[in-house]
Amino acid sequence: MADAYAVKRSLYQHAPRQGKRVLLTHLDIELTERCNNACIHCYINLPANDDQAQARELTTDEWKDILRQAANLGTLTVRFTGGEPLLRDDFADLYLFARRLGMKVLLFTNARFITPKLADLLARMPPLAPIEITVYGMSPASYEAVTCISGSYGEFRRGVGLLWQKRVPFIVKGALLPPNKMEIAEFEAWAATIPWMDKPPSYSMFFDLRGRRDSDARNRLIARLRLSPQEGVVLLTRRPEAYRKDMAQFCSWFMGPSGGRLFACGAGHGGCVDAYGRYQMCTLLRHPDFVYDLKQGSLREALTEVFPRLQETQATNPDYLARCGRCFLKGMCEQCPAKSWMEHGTLDTPVEYLCQVAHAQARYLGLLAEGEKAWQVGDWRQRVASLAGKV
Amino acid sequence: MTDTHMLDVVWMPSEDIVARVIEGELIIVPLVAGIGDTDDELYTLNETAKAIWQRLDGHTSLRDVAAALAEEYDAPVGKIEQDVLGLVGELARRRMLVEVGKAA
Repeated sequence: MADAYAVKRSLYQHAPRQGKRVLLTHLDIELTERCNNACIHCYINLPANDDQAQARELTTDEWKDILRQAANLGTLTVRFTGGEPLLRDDFADLYLFARRLGMKVLLFTNARFITPKLADLLARMPPLAPIEITVYGMSPASYEAVTCISGSYGEFRRGVGLLWQKRVPFIVKGALLPPNKMEIAEFEAWAATIPWMDKPPSYSMFFDLRGRRDSDARNRLIARLRLSPQEGVVLLTRRPEAYRKDMAQFCSWFMGPSGGRLFACGAGHGGCVDAYGRYQMCTLLRHPDFVYDLKQGSLREALTEVFPRLQETQATNPDYLARCGRCFLKGMCEQCPAKSWMEHGTLDTPVEYLCQVAHAQARYLGLLAEGEKAWQVGDWRQRVASLAGKV
Repeated sequence: MTDTHMLDVVWMPSEDIVARVIEGELIIVPLVAGIGDTDDELYTLNETAKAIWQRLDGHTSLRDVAAALAEEYDAPVGKIEQDVLGLVGELARRRMLVEVGKAA
């Protein structure tokens, strides 16, 4: 009997058999907040030479201890992100450690620090998931207008070239900004030539404000760089049939008001360890009352004793309860405690921009009429069912 | 090599994979390129394969592995030997097992 004993599992089917609960299947690790780029829209980056930030970062041994804990909890996938994770001198060491624990590694990088030696390592001992590279422009002028670093475009192209040459799978994604808005066609034509791209690249365009709430000036700039809700819909719906089909399916699964419960998402089931060992319920939520210090405890304690309690947090802001708590676009809208924290410093304040983006999409899909507010709609189930029936 | 000769061979897990048991499930994670069919897949073993795998220790011949399993599960040794050879053939083709040699 051929191939009957070992069954393949793809990246997204890695959870062990049904009925068994693994405490932690996936963990995000933010190795550093520092970055070799200084992107104008970034929500987290610190300068690469920020010595104070570097001094506070976890040591190699501390990271290895966390990775070991994760493996013992059943983690099969770890994502190394940042900042720019390749800024860490011990990146290769940590990568090998995770792989030898039997983990897949998702790597988010700008590719500038991909060296021949690292490309060789990634070819010899593959991460088992395509590396994800964000592209900021298709020319030195556009790319470096975003990254603010002279020479960064050439380094990015060299890094990508090394991966390509060594046949290390990678995919690219875009950040849609004024300097590169006119390059979408060129970017997508190039992306289509990458052997591991099985669909068009995704884009970030509804940018987050600073995750540490550390700069009003940066926040004002980021807000100016965001696409308008209408521009966003135009971009999202460039392939209208695919968009409608995807959204009809999405809406049938994820729409409906969440009431006063703030965490109607997966926060606290996986989470993210920041560069300093603070375990966040998700990659974005850095509210000090909602992070757990791993220097004083363990992943297991956070997941079994702390996060479940935090997940029960209820909204108290009357405006949130009257709008977001009753809004059937909840699944489509990016409003969440983390975004509320970034924008307003609270967990339950409606984020007007995200509300407008969700309403613009809903109007496009026919879920809302012009001028309607989603929290005032009583027959939302019929509308969602009607959307599903049309595709 | 005939099945009879194959049963005298000792096998062990390759150093090019990591085998993990998560909630009772045995999962094989490729460590280096070229293991399995592609570079992005994990493998999980069914119950029969898992029982066999856990006895492939680099010292025990396949014949003895099958005999031990036949006794433990009160099953016909001939059927178990076929399962052992089937699994080893499948995993050796994927470079997840390495041949240590003939049993002493």
